[in-house]
Amino acid sequence: MAEGSVEQAHVHAPPEGFLRKYVFSLDHKVIGKQYYALGLVAVFTGMILSWVMRIHLVWPAAKIPGLELLSKVGAPGGVITPEYYLSLMTMHGTLMVFFVLTNAPFAAFGNYFLPIQIGAEDMAFPRFNMMSFWVTFVAWVVLMLAFIIPDGPPISGWTSYAPLSAVGKDAGPGMQWGMSLWGLSIAIFCIGSLLGALNFIATTLDLRAKGMTLMRMPLCTWAWFITSCIALLAFAVLLPACILLVLDRHAGTSFFVPGGLVISDRLQPHSGGSPLLWQHLFWFFGHPEVYIAILPSMGIVSHILINSMRKPLLSSKVVIYSMMSIGFLSYMVWGHHMFLSGMNPMSALAFSFPTLTITIPATVLTLIWLGSLYGANIQINSASLFALGFISMFVAGGVSGFFLAQPSIDIYLHATYFVVGHFHMVMGVASLFGVFAGTYFWFPKMAGRMMSEPLGKLHFWITFIGTYCIFMPFHYLGLIGNVRRYQSFVDDFMAPYIGWHKFITIAALITGAAQFIFLYNLIHSRFKGKPAPENPWNATSLEWSIPSPPPWNNFGDKHPIVYHDPYQYGVKGSKGDFVMQDSPEQVVPASGD
Amino acid sequence: MGKLLAVALVIIAVASAYPIVTHMFPLPEDISTHGHAIDEQLNDTMWEAGVSFVAAQLVLAFFVWSFTGRKEGSPLKTFPGGARVMVIGAFLLVGTEILALGVLGQKAWANVYFASSKPDAIQIQAQAEQFAFYFRYPGPDGKFGNIHPDKIDEGNQNYFGLDPANEVEARDDIVSGELVIPVNREIHLMMHAKDVGHSFYVRELRIQQDFVPGLDLSVHFTATKIGRYEIVCTQLCGLGHYNMKAYLNVKSQEEYDKWLKEQSAQ
Repeated sequence: MAEGSVEQAHVHAPPEGFLRKYVFSLDHKVIGKQYYALGLVAVFTGMILSWVMRIHLVWPAAKIPGLELLSKVGAPGGVITPEYYLSLMTMHGTLMVFFVLTNAPFAAFGNYFLPIQIGAEDMAFPRFNMMSFWVTFVAWVVLMLAFIIPDGPPISGWTSYAPLSAVGKDAGPGMQWGMSLWGLSIAIFCIGSLLGALNFIATTLDLRAKGMTLMRMPLCTWAWFITSCIALLAFAVLLPACILLVLDRHAGTSFFVPGGLVISDRLQPHSGGSPLLWQHLFWFFGHPEVYIAILPSMGIVSHILINSMRKPLLSSKVVIYSMMSIGFLSYMVWGHHMFLSGMNPMSALAFSFPTLTITIPATVLTLIWLGSLYGANIQINSASLFALGFISMFVAGGVSGFFLAQPSIDIYLHATYFVVGHFHMVMGVASLFGVFAGTYFWFPKMAGRMMSEPLGKLHFWITFIGTYCIFMPFHYLGLIGNVRRYQSFVDDFMAPYIGWHKFITIAALITGAAQFIFLYNLIHSRFKGKPAPENPWNATSLEWSIPSPPPWNNFGDKHPIVYHDPYQYGVKGSKGDFVMQDSPEQVVPASGD
Repeated sequence: MGKLLAVALVIIAVASAYPIVTHMFPLPEDISTHGHAIDEQLNDTMWEAGVSFVAAQLVLAFFVWSFTGRKEGSPLKTFPGGARVMVIGAFLLVGTEILALGVLGQKAWANVYFASSKPDAIQIQAQAEQFAFYFRYPGPDGKFGNIHPDKIDEGNQNYFGLDPANEVEARDDIVSGELVIPVNREIHLMMHAKDVGHSFYVRELRIQQDFVPGLDLSVHFTATKIGRYEIVCTQLCGLGHYNMKAYLNVKSQEEYDKWLKEQSAQ
């Protein structure tokens, strides 16, 4: 095939009209930004909910101004009731896991940058792409409706264990329509995610530019690709699970409810179902979901770290294979959430070993990142600070997994704050550090303007120190047996430790407040930021070879041709110490290496 | 700013380890025969995880300190041995950790779940419901009456749905809101959920087990110290979840016998 004759799989006309350009856009970049915006709304909602919960935990009588507007029944006079605490907790978890941790690192950045990084004009199925966002948006609307219905949001937590979640209003406030909205919302979310995952896979496999072999794809593209494969299998299981849950609630079926249950003095009209079936289906999705949240951030952080270090990682191949092994193993470990659920105790051992084994690829990744820092010229900016912070956070949250992977220790630590500290650090904060790093790094490309570095650094410092102050003590409190999902600590032994909870609440308020600096920086820079050049970070991958922001068809009329692997740093190039992927020049090693 | 990050990482590593090293958050006293194995396992894991955590943060700090703010054009270096060393290191380091922890930990787990209770263990049934625990003893005949969900009548304290009118076995069953047991005797606790999922957690006993509606589960344990301990629910069960608790009352054998007699007389 002659140079320049690479045909794109499809060509579409430039979008016209406001609706097509900004709302029902087929452009993967607009869809990426829409996902990001939805994630942003969800993360601030989820964060404010966590503020309210933290305040209530340590100052139960505190009147939170404006809260009664949210629910007169749930928060009379601004003081939340025990059941409303659980409602807020459920919404916090659901928003964060689904609409933030799945949307932001994977759907938002993946949508925007995966096609550009492989040299494609758009996704393989632009209409499906638009649909996947709008379906996800509908899922969010359905979930948020739970706030305004009289019944209020459900109280069964983001895991929605049956039979509590399956029997309707007898199970308590929020469990009538609120719970149904939850089931419906998550089912819809699954459809959106499945469409998205299919699209990512097809795009990666079919639309790569000439010369863009699989091994020449940037590490974040690899991460999004592997994540899509995980998501395709995981959401395909959660979808039927949610449908069965809704059927149990409204069609009189009994998939998850056994016979003979007396709830609220009423013998339930169910028989023959199994509560463990829900747990298996839920966690078959739920554990891979952890990796759906963290893998994209691993990719993003690797991508940014290499740029900041001005040299490649010790081995990109090892990173790719490690991420694949994590993805593969993530399907064999779901039972570690269920050690004490009454499964055959033998199966605990079967789930424990793969869980411990996942530590090996995770350690390989960590050592590769650490070892690559050796001998680098690390450039410090907001993006690289968050990338380095990610490593610290990933290790901190990761090592506590050692404890929980062992069924014997889980007997003591299960359902304590130790678990809450563990997953918040590794799945929540570490993933978000990837998102922050990605935002500071790619904002110039996405908006055509630079973000404020001083504000970015201030944001980093408060967030980095703050999250340690919040989540490290969670682990300690878990060690003394502090049980999670309580709206108040009524156990006698907790009295001496309430001070720690106050410390955590204050840290959470400060850390949360720092996120408004980020929000301000984001919005202010969007309109008033310094105009960004095409390649502000002297980076090598294809997204930096096109204008900031990119035109609607990404590469204009050019068809990029790729000559190198994505990380030619620390070399003698015509533009400096790097050679871009689409530059035909020969790579000359820098002297002294 | 790289140097500052390095300093912050060192402070984080030290500050995070400090409460653990100084035992600021001690585990509650263990009053079970199987608990020491769990505590030992936890302690070993704490060492391995703690050392990994501190070492990784310090190495990160050291590299960030050394390799930021270098003079422009400073030569790049590659870690001696490259990726190979890292992969071999991870496999050796974590591989042995996994083997050690995994294999050692099985024993602690097996103590609780693989060994069945002895024939002379005291049989007690626990029922969890929104938002209370009830405990049932078979009474002098040694047999439990059947549970009839349709006969449950909380108003008349028939929490289990017993049918003493038609079943002889049910007539002498003792129902208590407190789990009263004798010290140093094995207890076989059969677990029954009346409504939704709950969990039985006694920190001092190092026992936690879910109640699953529709499943007959059981745990067995021996308490070695007289005293009163909190039993709490750890499986989200509805609005009163945080306040769902009962007490485990460990008595001497004589006191226990006396208590049983009193209950039977009622």
